Amino acid sequence: MELTKEQQALLDGERGETMAKVMETLVRYGEIFGAEKMSPVTNEYGHLVLSFGLTFLGPVFDLYQKLIDEGCLAGQKFTCDPKPYDPKVPQSPIQKVAAKAIFGKQKRYEAQLKKLGILSDDSYTCTCYLDEIGNTPKPGDVLSWAESSAVVYANSVLGARCNRNSGIIELFGSVAGYVPCFGLLTDEGRKADWIVELKTETLPDAQLLGSAIGMKVMEDVPYIKGLDRFLGSELTDGVKTYLKDFGAATASNGAVGLYHVENLTPEAKEQGEALIREHAKVYVIDEAELQRVKDSYPCIWKDPEAKPQLCFLGCPHMTLEQLKDWTDKVEAGLRDAGNEKVLIPTVFTASVPVIRAFNETPYAERLKRTGVVVSYICPLMYMDNPLCKTMNVITSSNKLRTYTSSRYYSNEEILQKITKEGK
Amino acid sequence: MLKTFHGRPIAPGSVTAEAVVTKNGFNTLASMQMMFIQPKTKCVDQSNPDLFNKILGGKALCLPQTIGSTTGGMFLFSAVEIGKAPACLLFSKEIDSLAAAGAVLSDVWSAHKMPVVDKLGDEFLDFVQDGDRISVKEDGTVLVLR
Repeated sequence: MELTKEQQALLDGERGETMAKVMETLVRYGEIFGAEKMSPVTNEYGHLVLSFGLTFLGPVFDLYQKLIDEGCLAGQKFTCDPKPYDPKVPQSPIQKVAAKAIFGKQKRYEAQLKKLGILSDDSYTCTCYLDEIGNTPKPGDVLSWAESSAVVYANSVLGARCNRNSGIIELFGSVAGYVPCFGLLTDEGRKADWIVELKTETLPDAQLLGSAIGMKVMEDVPYIKGLDRFLGSELTDGVKTYLKDFGAATASNGAVGLYHVENLTPEAKEQGEALIREHAKVYVIDEAELQRVKDSYPCIWKDPEAKPQLCFLGCPHMTLEQLKDWTDKVEAGLRDAGNEKVLIPTVFTASVPVIRAFNETPYAERLKRTGVVVSYICPLMYMDNPLCKTMNVITSSNKLRTYTSSRYYSNEEILQKITKEGK
Repeated sequence: MLKTFHGRPIAPGSVTAEAVVTKNGFNTLASMQMMFIQPKTKCVDQSNPDLFNKILGGKALCLPQTIGSTTGGMFLFSAVEIGKAPACLLFSKEIDSLAAAGAVLSDVWSAHKMPVVDKLGDEFLDFVQDGDRISVKEDGTVLVLR
């Protein structure tokens, strides 16, 4: 890799041994993928994936302490994934004790994040790119982010450039101010390896469609035809919300870092089919294919017929409009069924700034009356508690399903279950 | 029977271990999130029938690539540091960015070693089976003994 004088000086130890190792890590990481240079990070803020002080991630916290002690702090402020614990989310006393033990390094880690450069105490969310948070990159910006759902959104919907960086690597990029230039940072790396032809009669559930595509194309870039029939050609708030949930499933059920939607996402609008590589593979999706994918999800509940104990919506975190929309849906569902409160304990998750904005609307009181709890928690981290892992949790998040024992249902099915069926 | 394969050493090193094989993408977070409370790291990824409930710690993990959460590299680094990682990672395809991060982070920052070799070819993954004896050499040569 060819380095500038300044980059070489960092590698040679001009700013100490620890900074030299940070640079060595980034250079070696880039060289694996044929990076010939380092690119300056141009977005104002970074985003970190590690938000939880998991006791057993001690080696990571020790490494971060070394950065702090040696003055290797982030040159840019950053946001961070959601916190792992919120007392508002239903838990038994023993689960609470277990959570405190499991996330025993939470306070230490949050103190480290303040020193390293977190933007604010409200900056813990996987949807950092929403207006309420303000970490919204511009098209063409080079990012040093992790969090697969945020990376795929920034690349695909915002037209920014970021690789699927691992935790630690993304902080190193913010510390050094450079990231290796390869993959999704390059024009060639943003070309599509797959054409996805969507042939359904109606708009599929975002996280089911994303799951199907992710599992098929894995880390490749898909160019999706036929989705604009339902979503149109403008990135309205509703469309962006759909793409947020869709992308999270492509990134977690597979390893997608960028997708193009014909006539809709910025690069597809600008370049059209010129984005598609020669000999790209084709994947046709119809109703039968979506059903096949849904039926392939295993259920590892001890008793598959058991009554759900908890329902999570909001992985990734919900938008303000989603919270309002779901308030209307839950109210209507309960009214139709003649019920007053949800029949399964239900938690909607969103960032603190979005919850604050929601609380300023009349919807908040209405949702409260249905019994639904709103929390800033990361549902995935909640389920990381071994005592919660055995709970029968349902969700419309295919991301949460992939990483945990929770069971996936479509949004419509979830609504039925929490308002009418209770099972 | 002995078969030899050649790959690219990402984190060079020598080790001998028993193979555990997945033909599916290895979801690091989904697979290893319970390693901290398990005596030996066991795969808990319900979506991966090749590995679900099998021991990964100390084994030669043979895989096409890793998928899933961007915590992946961080989990691998921590696993190496606390001695709960596979003995080595052997990729049939070009390594993905998350596993590459884990490999480089471990190699640069950890005193413990986890050799990582990629580009071993589809033939490697077609051939290797659970329980095969694997020897990895510094130069990326992988010997499979059955």
